[in-house]
Amino acid sequence: MALRDIKARIDSTKKTMQITKAMEMVSAAKLNRAEQNAKSFGPYVDKIQEVVGSIASGSNAKHSMLLTRPVKKTGYFVVTADRGLAGAYNSNVLRHVYRTIQQRHKSSDEYALIVIGKVGVNFFKSRKMPIIDSITGVADQPSFAEIKAIASKAVNLYADGTFDELYMYYNHFVSAIQSDLTEKKLLPLSDIAETKSKSSYEYEPSEDEILEVLLPQYAESLIYGALLDAKAAEHASRMTAMRNATDNANELIGQLTLSYNRERQAAITQEITEIVGGVAALE
Amino acid sequence: MKTIQVSVVTPDGPVFEGNAKMVSAKAKSGELGVLPGHIPLVAPLTISAVRVHDVDGKTQYVAVSGGFIEVRPEKVTILAEAAEIAGDIEVDRARAAKERAEKRLADNKQDNVDATRAEFALKRAINRIDVAAKR
Repeated sequence: MALRDIKARIDSTKKTMQITKAMEMVSAAKLNRAEQNAKSFGPYVDKIQEVVGSIASGSNAKHSMLLTRPVKKTGYFVVTADRGLAGAYNSNVLRHVYRTIQQRHKSSDEYALIVIGKVGVNFFKSRKMPIIDSITGVADQPSFAEIKAIASKAVNLYADGTFDELYMYYNHFVSAIQSDLTEKKLLPLSDIAETKSKSSYEYEPSEDEILEVLLPQYAESLIYGALLDAKAAEHASRMTAMRNATDNANELIGQLTLSYNRERQAAITQEITEIVGGVAALE
Repeated sequence: MKTIQVSVVTPDGPVFEGNAKMVSAKAKSGELGVLPGHIPLVAPLTISAVRVHDVDGKTQYVAVSGGFIEVRPEKVTILAEAAEIAGDIEVDRARAAKERAEKRLADNKQDNVDATRAEFALKRAINRIDVAAKR
């Protein structure tokens, strides 16, 4: 390679590195915020879980959201990001959901998808899979109001019998370098009975009417919680991906600089040889 | 004097924490007043103002958009999808939300789902404006 070409490649790699480094730092800051959001959401979901648990376990209350019914159609709630450049973040979820659906269902009448994030929407659209609802452009620090519409729609679709169970797929944030793909059965709410209640309550006006208000609110809060979790995982995995990119760029620049210097040395040596040769020819 | 601990929690974090000698709220079944030592109780709330009467005799107003109240002898927790202390409400935004909801209601009378949603939005906005006026 010519000297000039190597120089150009070093320059362009350096510029890429500047970008990836900036993106890494931006993601790190966003991850911080996302972790805080998840933390401030904690008390709400804990409390709601406690109350729901005590009602569901302490009584023989029956609500359609608590009962398992024969499954004719399954809903899948998939959380992805709007953009790529986040390592395996999106492909992990999408690949798993795609494979699961292929295994479980024979025709596209048996399931429906609710998708968050542009990457997921494009993925399922290009495979002609039925998307019942989707949102894109969710803020990096989503507020509950933003997610409320799609969450209550998901819950309503279950309530009106459009589908008979609802699964949720997202990346669970473990640490800055690790996130686990999580599959969670959201509806019917089957696992609340296990939570032990500490106190028994009076219900005003009645248990059933409280469940009517409480269970949708609970399911929506679970969806919101999953989204906050997924957002944290997204920022973390983007940060890691960008750090890897920066490291790679650094390494590449090292190699290129080495071959640049070699090339330059070779050129100088050749010039000297030519001069010496020229002088020898004159004598 | 006996007091009761009050906290208003939303998915976006706690909105209000404090002690009170009495809490009154509007439940679906009617007005509800809670004093310290109340028996454990759960009740759904309407879109309304929660009044926290604190020890100095002052009253704090918190606008809540539904949700429910959980009462224990020593603690009251209100879980709502959205809540704001009177002092924090942006009246301009609430007014804008009210106008938006009114317009939407006027525009599509026939679509039931949208109409119900707009009606709720209108109620929330009016509630916030009312509460803001009391600060």
